[in-house]
Amino acid sequence: METTFPQLLAQHAKDRPAAPAMREKEYGIWQTMTWAELARLVEHIACGLYQAGLVRGDHMVLVGGNRPRLYATMLAAQSLGAIPVPLYQDAVAAECVFPINNADVRFAFAEDQEQVDKLLEAREQCPQLAHIFFDDPRGLRNYAENGLASLDSLIEAGAAFARQNPGFVPAEVARSHPHDVAAMFFTSGTTGNPKGVVHTHNTLLDRARAGAAFDKLTGDEEVLAYLPPAWIGQNIFSYAQWLACGYVVNCPESAGTVMIDLKEVGPTYYFAPPRVFEGLLTTVMIRMEDAGAIKRRMFHAFMDVARKVGPSLMDGKSVGGLDRFKYMLGNLLVYGPLRNNLGMSRVRVAYTAGEAIGPDLFTFYRSIGINLKQLYGSTETAVFVCLQPDNQARADTVGIPIDGVQIKVADNGEILVKSPGLLKEYYKNPTATAEVLTADGWYHTSDAGFLDAQGHLKIIDRVKDVGRIMGGANDGAMFAPKYVENKLKFFPHIKEVVAYGDRREKVCVMINIDFDAVGNWAERRNLPYAGYTDLAQKPEVYQLIRECVEKVNADLAADALLAGSQVSRFLVLHKELDADDGELTRTNKVRRGYIAEKYDVLVDALYGGKTEQYIETQVKFEDGRTGSVSATLRIMDAKTFAPVKAAA
Amino acid sequence: MTKKIGGVILDVNNISLSFGGVKALTDISFNVREHEIRAIIGPNGAGKSSMLNCINGVYQPQQGTIAFRGKTFKHMNSHEVAVMGVARTFQNLALFKGMSVLDNLMTGRNLKIKSGILMQALRLGPAEREEIRHREFVEHIIDFLEIQAYRKTPVGQLPYGLQKRVDLGRALAMEPQLLLLDEPMAGMNVEEKQDMCRFVLDVNDEFGTTVVLIEHDMGVVMDISDRVVVLDYGKKIGDGAPDEVRNNPEVIKAYLGTGH
Repeated sequence: METTFPQLLAQHAKDRPAAPAMREKEYGIWQTMTWAELARLVEHIACGLYQAGLVRGDHMVLVGGNRPRLYATMLAAQSLGAIPVPLYQDAVAAECVFPINNADVRFAFAEDQEQVDKLLEAREQCPQLAHIFFDDPRGLRNYAENGLASLDSLIEAGAAFARQNPGFVPAEVARSHPHDVAAMFFTSGTTGNPKGVVHTHNTLLDRARAGAAFDKLTGDEEVLAYLPPAWIGQNIFSYAQWLACGYVVNCPESAGTVMIDLKEVGPTYYFAPPRVFEGLLTTVMIRMEDAGAIKRRMFHAFMDVARKVGPSLMDGKSVGGLDRFKYMLGNLLVYGPLRNNLGMSRVRVAYTAGEAIGPDLFTFYRSIGINLKQLYGSTETAVFVCLQPDNQARADTVGIPIDGVQIKVADNGEILVKSPGLLKEYYKNPTATAEVLTADGWYHTSDAGFLDAQGHLKIIDRVKDVGRIMGGANDGAMFAPKYVENKLKFFPHIKEVVAYGDRREKVCVMINIDFDAVGNWAERRNLPYAGYTDLAQKPEVYQLIRECVEKVNADLAADALLAGSQVSRFLVLHKELDADDGELTRTNKVRRGYIAEKYDVLVDALYGGKTEQYIETQVKFEDGRTGSVSATLRIMDAKTFAPVKAAA
Repeated sequence: MTKKIGGVILDVNNISLSFGGVKALTDISFNVREHEIRAIIGPNGAGKSSMLNCINGVYQPQQGTIAFRGKTFKHMNSHEVAVMGVARTFQNLALFKGMSVLDNLMTGRNLKIKSGILMQALRLGPAEREEIRHREFVEHIIDFLEIQAYRKTPVGQLPYGLQKRVDLGRALAMEPQLLLLDEPMAGMNVEEKQDMCRFVLDVNDEFGTTVVLIEHDMGVVMDISDRVVVLDYGKKIGDGAPDEVRNNPEVIKAYLGTGH
């Protein structure tokens, strides 16, 4: 049945008014909001917004973290037929200007003083932004800006209006059609201005429900909302599916307490991009290295057992009796406590997406009994395109097309998708829309890949990034930069990698070390260092990274298709790649082209055969000031291997 | 930003303090108005901490009087001063390193806890209810100082900047009317300093707490204080708004150095 988000809210409030809808940890206690309370809050905010002048079809910007009142405001805007546009809370003011002007936004919700300051700064270039409502009044007492008001005052005014006009909001909700626009998400965009991806109630809800049906989600799930609400993934998990299934969304106390809150909540349905899983594993490994000898040996012994039989057990295959017993023992002594420590004791379904996940990383979680799976989708497809069934999770594929989805591979290897969840359009950008959404209804993902023999989709790289090695020994070999980068990034000591090789005679990479992991490694070796830049340039660290690179090369040599992508030379960067410096997107993907331009001297040095190169880089601090970091970077050669001929 | 500054809350009159032959403070007079941020600056050994210790009742000046809310006193002990609503933080931190952040903050509620030790030990109804009330107050401070992630962490394991924040939190737990801060930004990096500045300004703004702070970092002092007292070798050489003090020739000579 087609419906809208506000109608679903009304339904939950009617059917199960006392059931918890959201929890937020505040003052050390989890505070619960029931569906009835939420519906009342939404009604009051909606009335307040109506009185302030928000009308059907208006866009309203929301900047902030996962707070119940942010989600309530989204629902309130939708109740009036307005379109919420969540923006990334860590975006700088300049990045907010384009979306606000693009959609002629007059209304904004800001979480706190930081976000208010940002919007006020952006407002100098967006004069139409008339109303800013803030959730947390701290530090804002003395602000006398026009149109700035607290959400509390809005709710108060709205409550008075709602008392006099009890039928107002329900009537407005009834006017909305499932095919009306429900929300807009700006994609981070690696080049040019961001694009507003327009979704209707129906596109989002259809996919939310298809995903929920696939994993048999119920109203009893617990979800922790901790990723930016502006990212469609978080929005699907803590908004679309939340309303579709009626489960409980938990908001963490602060960004710093997510791990603690995760343990307390014990979610049953969990989503994290690979880097979160990677970070967790790195922490576990560091702590195990520091643990006592007995614990460490026990951990490694049982992890060997887990690696051997864990994935098979997860896939429901049979294993030998002795192995089963060892695994049971391991579960009691190691895996269980570890799952508990990770906050994943109750996880029934865990997903990762956004980037490819290293096979060892993926296997680690599955081997300790966490049902980690991959999915494939994007902002434009309302996330759910392909998902892995419970017992067919693999590291190198992203699952099978789920209900409603058709997949086709174009001649150039690009994956085309048809599904009821496709975007309506890019906002005010018919050219861009026409590029990705052809008249026959296929959406062009710009990902290269294929469907394997079991019907699982396998992604290789972005279509435009897949290149060819030119000249040299491997002339004409395929080069998939992301594939190489991901292989390197699995090593706990490597945080970020940028690989170059397209139309060049060999592959070279720039590497970011993981400061925590390498710092800890250095401390255990009594290796003194003065900070990130110093540590990155230590000869010992270069040796460590070289071993990683050569392991990857040995691995690539065994892959017939990608043996030519082995890494010949590498360097370790003197600073961490950062979204504030434009080197990563807001979703933390490397912007290869931009980095190549910014560090062109380094790229030249890599290919020019130099052994070191001086570089000075501007960095932007979080408060907007700039400074510079300079260093002389070493460049090192790595051993490559002759391709292993596949046995006949 | 405008704020209402009230009447004189603390009046220091002709204070002199010496340790044997060393004159730490000579004939110092200044006052602090309600809701203002008052800074005491000066080079090393100028007598800043001694001045704070006199207000705080740790040292007893040989001469002069201190009046707090119109009540004049010559000799006070630090317990009485605390009861009157004066709280302080320490330059070198004086936290219980082995105790959690939460417990450290709870010690700040010590003066407010009415139930006896036996009642508390046995967790009897009234004592338990009282503890919950105090815990609630402390939770608000934890929220205010954004240290939720460290609630259960032993203080000794925290980085220095956070320990300073806990130290401030414990002083705030006393619900002070007058807050004395002894070099709250010493040894911090730029980001930590900015955070601390914001907390000091927010304490002043949200709770209306009067703040007296000693600080080395001139940038910080000039940015956040309403009025500044300058000490040099135990003598007062300047007093007034930051701009006034900045342009005072004697202060420039003694503290800021001459322009190059």
